[in-house]
Amino acid sequence: MAEGTHYIDKNEEVIKIRGLYKSFGDKHVLRGVDLDLFKGENLAVLGRSGTGKSVLIKIIIGLLQPDAGSVIVLGEDVNQLSYPALRALRLKVGFSFQSSALYDSMTVGENLAFPLRRNNRSMTKSQISKTVNTVLEAIGLPETINQLPAELSGGQKKRIGIGRTLILRPEIMLYDEPTSGLDPITSTELNNLIVNVRERFNTSSIVITHDLTCAKAVADRVAVMEEGKFLKIGTFDEVFSTQEGLIKSFYDYNFTQ
Amino acid sequence: MSSTNGKSDKPIINGKIDRFFLNFYNIFDFIRRLVREAVRPPIEWGEFIRQCYQVGYKSLALVTVTGFITGVVFTEQSRPTLSEFGVTAWLPSLVAIAVVRALAPLIAALICAGKVGSSIGAELASMKVTEQIDAMEVSAINPFRYLVVTRVIAMTVCLPILMFYNALIGCMGSYFDVHAHEQTSLVAFFDNAFAQITFLDYTTALTKSIVYGFTIGVVSCYQGFNATQGTLGVGKAANISVVVSMFLIFIEEVIIVHIFNSIR
Repeated sequence: MAEGTHYIDKNEEVIKIRGLYKSFGDKHVLRGVDLDLFKGENLAVLGRSGTGKSVLIKIIIGLLQPDAGSVIVLGEDVNQLSYPALRALRLKVGFSFQSSALYDSMTVGENLAFPLRRNNRSMTKSQISKTVNTVLEAIGLPETINQLPAELSGGQKKRIGIGRTLILRPEIMLYDEPTSGLDPITSTELNNLIVNVRERFNTSSIVITHDLTCAKAVADRVAVMEEGKFLKIGTFDEVFSTQEGLIKSFYDYNFTQ
Repeated sequence: MSSTNGKSDKPIINGKIDRFFLNFYNIFDFIRRLVREAVRPPIEWGEFIRQCYQVGYKSLALVTVTGFITGVVFTEQSRPTLSEFGVTAWLPSLVAIAVVRALAPLIAALICAGKVGSSIGAELASMKVTEQIDAMEVSAINPFRYLVVTRVIAMTVCLPILMFYNALIGCMGSYFDVHAHEQTSLVAFFDNAFAQITFLDYTTALTKSIVYGFTIGVVSCYQGFNATQGTLGVGKAANISVVVSMFLIFIEEVIIVHIFNSIR
């Protein structure tokens, strides 16, 4: 984990999940998940594909509704909120998609300006332009402002996707597989960006990944998920010091092979 | 909110029948949400104008060509029968009645269903499967207001304009044909043509095109907004948007004609 000036407040949970269940038909994806994310903390959720990691953060942001359980985000129960209240909460929670989900008919600059323009109707064009440039500088891609998403590399798309969420100055960041499909060098750059985002924007984050290098680089704690439950939560060393079959094989696959 | 509830385990009646009624309910719910969101300020003027440009302006060439050809062909086809009875002078009013009452609303609607409906269905479906709609949701933007409401209103507003334009071009096509054969002047042609058209005819045509525009907008937005199955779903949404819109347009045509004929 990269060292920085951040402070984790263990008395303040920005996300508190209790007894979360979610099924799709006969497939039980989440089977009683409990999780706390503290203010200023980066938490990596690790697990194999299909274990319910992405479903978990989609429930946190209110894109999916759970079958049972509670999700408290910044003191508000996501499942009890009206649609306008949920939208207000989403201004404080950034979500970076695995696929980046950039608006392909808009340039990079327009992609970044769009959420800002929609949510801050009083902002002038020059203020929006200045904010877009600041965020593009922060993610290290100021030269792409007039490019279309189709003209960007995979790593650039991921960075722009993160930038688009940062433009609303969220308190919490949810990253869905930030390094998937990227080469090791670009992955390292993205890991550094996630660490820098926390330092610069004072965010707390959940990073969904199956990349242990990413988890080790960005997270204060890791949580290993298997079949809709957390097997173990703790620091990277605490979790992977175990000889437990699945966790060990996960570690061996990432670092030994 | 695009929520997925996986609680439905066993069919209540039968899988297909359940799906039919569920679809019916979902469409009803979609329209209810559409009306609710449409009347709530602020209006998305920028996106609405952009959609009017896409629906209206970009369909003008096709509407012009088809309208003109319809007028010419209908005149050519009607002339032999009318000349048998020595009443070719009725051609302008015959064409005008046919174009305003039936042909223009139908042709404009079918063109829009094919050109614009498929494009809306594919565009929204593509945004759905690439998570761009979810990206709007998580950025605290209401995608339904921004994408669906603007498109449906643009279709509903632009189709009547396209329809009247199509009718005018159809009459112009007819005029050129009549002028070539009977040497009628433009003023005499249009005097004759519009003498037989009543206020009720205009009302019928306007009602039809508003209903058709709304139908195309709702069907294509619904298909696109609820697309699944990746790229396969994009093609499917575009295809179903056109097929269902056209089918409903013909059903609505019959119903509206019956209603207005009972008033006439």
